[in-house]
Amino acid sequence: MNQKILEAKNITLRFGGLEALNGLSFSIDPHRIVSIIGPNGAGKTTLLNAITGVYCPDSGEFLYRERQISRLKPHQIAALGIHRTFQQSQLFSRMTVLENVMVGMHPVTHSGFWKGVLHLPGERKEEKETRQNAKNLLDFFGLLPKAGRMADQISIADQRRLEIARAMAGNPELMLLDEPVAGLNIRETEAMGDLILRLKEKGQTIILVEHNMHLVMGISDRLIVLHHGSKIGEGRPEEIQKDPQVVEAYLGR
Amino acid sequence: MGKKNKIYLLIFAAIIFALPAFLRNNYHLMVLNVAALNILVVVGLNLLMGYAGQISLGHAAFFGLGAYISAVLTTTYGFPIWPTILLAMVITGMVAFAIGIPTLKLEGHYLVMATLGFNVIVYIVMIQLEPVTGGPSGFSGIPRLQAAGFVFDSDRKIYFLLWAVSIGSLLLSLNLIHSRVGRAMAALSQNEIAARCAGIDTERYKVKIFVLSAVLASLAGSLYAHYLTFISPGTFSFFYSLQVVTMVLVGGMGSLWGSLFGALLLTLLPEALHAVKEYNVLLYGLILMVALVFFPHGLFPGIAAVLGRGKISGSPDSEKPLALNKGT
Amino acid sequence: MTFGLQLFQFLLSGLTTGSTYALIAIGFSLIHNATGIVNFAQGEFVMLGGMFMITYYSSLKLPMVLAFFLTLFSVSLIGLLLERGPIRQARSKEILILVMITVGASISIKGLSMVLWGKNAMTLSSFSGDAPLLLWGAAIMPQSIWIFAITLMVVVGLHYFFQGTMTGKAMRAVAASRRTAVLTGIPVDRMILLSFTLSGALGAAAGIILTPITTTSYDVGVMLGLKGFSAAILGGYGSMPGAVLGGLLLGVLESLAAGLVSSEYKDALAFLILLAVLFFKPTGILGRGRLRRV
Repeated sequence: MNQKILEAKNITLRFGGLEALNGLSFSIDPHRIVSIIGPNGAGKTTLLNAITGVYCPDSGEFLYRERQISRLKPHQIAALGIHRTFQQSQLFSRMTVLENVMVGMHPVTHSGFWKGVLHLPGERKEEKETRQNAKNLLDFFGLLPKAGRMADQISIADQRRLEIARAMAGNPELMLLDEPVAGLNIRETEAMGDLILRLKEKGQTIILVEHNMHLVMGISDRLIVLHHGSKIGEGRPEEIQKDPQVVEAYLGR
Repeated sequence: MGKKNKIYLLIFAAIIFALPAFLRNNYHLMVLNVAALNILVVVGLNLLMGYAGQISLGHAAFFGLGAYISAVLTTTYGFPIWPTILLAMVITGMVAFAIGIPTLKLEGHYLVMATLGFNVIVYIVMIQLEPVTGGPSGFSGIPRLQAAGFVFDSDRKIYFLLWAVSIGSLLLSLNLIHSRVGRAMAALSQNEIAARCAGIDTERYKVKIFVLSAVLASLAGSLYAHYLTFISPGTFSFFYSLQVVTMVLVGGMGSLWGSLFGALLLTLLPEALHAVKEYNVLLYGLILMVALVFFPHGLFPGIAAVLGRGKISGSPDSEKPLALNKGT
Repeated sequence: MTFGLQLFQFLLSGLTTGSTYALIAIGFSLIHNATGIVNFAQGEFVMLGGMFMITYYSSLKLPMVLAFFLTLFSVSLIGLLLERGPIRQARSKEILILVMITVGASISIKGLSMVLWGKNAMTLSSFSGDAPLLLWGAAIMPQSIWIFAITLMVVVGLHYFFQGTMTGKAMRAVAASRRTAVLTGIPVDRMILLSFTLSGALGAAAGIILTPITTTSYDVGVMLGLKGFSAAILGGYGSMPGAVLGGLLLGVLESLAAGLVSSEYKDALAFLILLAVLFFKPTGILGRGRLRRV
């Protein structure tokens, strides 16, 4: 099965006069960890925003399992199976850890407005299942003991894991992680790396945006290097490490 | 979680239904009846403000639409009472839908302005369309509510009906808040981008909540018309829209019990202020300012904290109401 | 009277009320630019302008020019007190809360006015008599000329203030980006105070010039404020030229609608326009369209 899970074809995105993404093209195989790296301002987060429909590309298209998604809205893209985390954890701070994950299950649950208002038996059953599934997921992420705490009262490392747990709750196929280890210490970073590998084992495809080269080189199957919104390198970690263009972009000349 | 709230609601209902036995004065009953109707409006508005993060300054218009549609159709054209109430709710819902769809798409508080404009237009039409609405002097002769031969022709009789409807709306609101949709709405109000990327169709929910709040206001308006048998445009001005928004704020946005408390307080307050005659408007304004300046998250959470209570508000396991905006 | 002449008459009276709407709209824009809030007490500043002027000029018999500036000063003071008091002291800086505080202020001011001046309508004599002048066959009240003149002076004065003085430029900076303004050392708090004070003066000016034509009473503030707000939205919220354009345009459209269609519903027109603008071009005529659909 050679189908690419995600393809970008000539994506261009402008902010006013500034070109944030410039003729970007790449493709991602399923069940791989692909890291997007590049100096600050290269357009990495912009790319994630464009894939998830937060920004609309000015030209070009994204294909998810050969289906055009460039004009879809964020919630539709999430329903298709693409979930993400954010550079600064965007948790629901006035909900508990458990509730945050339960929200993540929204796209795969069905109780609608009237069922909820009237508290019908079908809804009650689904609520029980949702709660149980959420607890199981928290267990996988090692967050079950903290299920009842408010989301903004756990450590930064736990917040990151929670955000990923929430993203996993909706049964995605493709996960976009935006700098998950920024601000974490060495131990926490290693734990995160292990977690990402376990997600890959569970069948996820992961696009990782990161600056931490140790982590990136350690777990990635492929790298894509961005600079000023264009792709300047692509390949296996060992190849990229030696690519002169990439080195130059990072160190400047 | 939801069960605790339901028990409190039951206790509250018991108190409410027992009260008339102790109240001989019909005036007191009337004030409580109006409070029940205000609660109906405020429940919907609280969902809109606390969960959709939107403000409406035009709920008086929806309240008025319910009242006038019911009044005119039943009195002038002899329509049956209860189906007309339903019809008024449908019409009001459609109007709210028409207003909500274009304005809720945009970032920024355009719904506020649109509802404001809408309120004034409806108010002016009520006054000017005299042959239909009776103009500034009002519309009288509205038939009383009746069901199975029983006519609700006194404050006492209608008290139980109005409070049953009101408490019913509180119960349904509680159900909604603790459901999947309620969670989605809470997420929407706390972090819209994260909610959308998690698969929640925020636009659709915002419109839904807005329509729901308008429909509840319409129901309240229809009941109001059949209760007082006389309505006039003055009741449905912009000022009433401000009053109901204030009830939500004073109680604590997003907090169901807070809204209840706010509605009760601000319905009883003007009555109490009647005593001071020409100072009543000034006092009302001052009390409002003081409450908002020193208790921005509502009087109710403040008092609840003092009484040592835990989490009893309507929002999921939290007692702090939801911030609408981070400020400039 | 020929139709063309009638139209011209409507145009003139429309520009007259429109000028006052413009002044009110500028007041809204000033505060919104500095703080992001809608000041619902703006309409009350207008009402107070009329009331104070009547007190100083008609009751206390002070010379007109002195009464004029005393009124401006008095209402500016109230604007200042509003900002320094409830707005500054508010425990929460959320926009909704601050907006509702201005609503409370508006109700309080209205209530105070009711206590101090009673409920009856009051009027001010026109600045230079009531004998209408003829302009190309159409009658124009001398008061209208005063209104045009004063509005023009205010607008020109404001233009000079914002383009030519340091304080004015500082205020524009705050409107453009508050964070940058703070970083460059601009005393943002003082700019906010200034915006409230200026809005008070502008509202007062509008009230003074309008009262001889429309009389005033404790509750005129609400409608005038709402119409001024509509005008600001129509012209482009936050834009000074937009406020002027919106105000004049609204006045003219209102006048035309009253004359040609129906005078009873003319008040509704302002809000129909508001809804139309919000549905079709929310940023208004001159507004910078920065509505990125996220």
